[in-house]
Amino acid sequence: MYILLTFILSMLIWVIFSGLLDAFHLTLGVVSSILVSVFSSRILFPNHTSSMGSLAAQSLRFIPYFIWLMKEIIVSNFHVLYLALFPGAMKHVQPSIVKFKLGLKSESARYLLANSITLTPGTVSVQIKGDELWVHSISQKTTESLEGDMEKRVARVFGESLTNS
Amino acid sequence: MIIEIISITMIISGLFFFLGAVAGIIRFPDFYTRMHAAGKGDTLSTVLVIGGIALYYMETHHWEWSAILVALKLLAIIIFIFISSPTSTHILMKAGFDAGIKPKLKENSENNTTSEES
Repeated sequence: MYILLTFILSMLIWVIFSGLLDAFHLTLGVVSSILVSVFSSRILFPNHTSSMGSLAAQSLRFIPYFIWLMKEIIVSNFHVLYLALFPGAMKHVQPSIVKFKLGLKSESARYLLANSITLTPGTVSVQIKGDELWVHSISQKTTESLEGDMEKRVARVFGESLTNS
Repeated sequence: MIIEIISITMIISGLFFFLGAVAGIIRFPDFYTRMHAAGKGDTLSTVLVIGGIALYYMETHHWEWSAILVALKLLAIIIFIFISSPTSTHILMKAGFDAGIKPKLKENSENNTTSEES
């Protein structure tokens, strides 16, 4: 089942990238997609035992998260633009390193959280030490936005429950 | 016509965000804050510039199948940048952190990562 899904995805990407719909190129695409999906579908979907439905639900929950993330990126991009361009804004640049405890358990949830923090301008995740995430933040305002509900939203996408906070 | 105006607006505002990133690299006080400007000015501005180019290309080629394929390839570039840009920023930050470059922190912040000598 997961092999089939990998095949469909890689075939789709093949068609997009080649753009040629004649028999020769489509056959090449089918052959290479089958090879790739048989050998390496475990890289794309490490957990073959979890049900297809939970994966679909997870993907659906990811869409509102992505829209929310885009909104956050735009808002904080304007903030960094203000910091960079306005003459009097330099005094608002108050870098700090924030450490907070992670409630998320799974690797992919932590990856999504750290990547989202780095994507929003003004905050960069430096490292994860055990259960602590260290974040470098450029000003007071971006530090406050960190303590919002980003972690809760990530937990909702993956259907995890937060152990602390 | 409307599509053209939208795409030109997107490209120009994307360039404006790039300008902010460049100004940030020059003006921010230390390595870490400069990485903020360098690494993340691109996220939104790349989306805007490449999205604007994709819209413009599809419009001038009358929404043909081949033009939509080109737009999908541009979308793939956006996805790769969304994955690779935070990763490289994070790695540079971590490398600087491990090499012992002291971040310039605001006064009375409660952290013990930097030693007292300066």
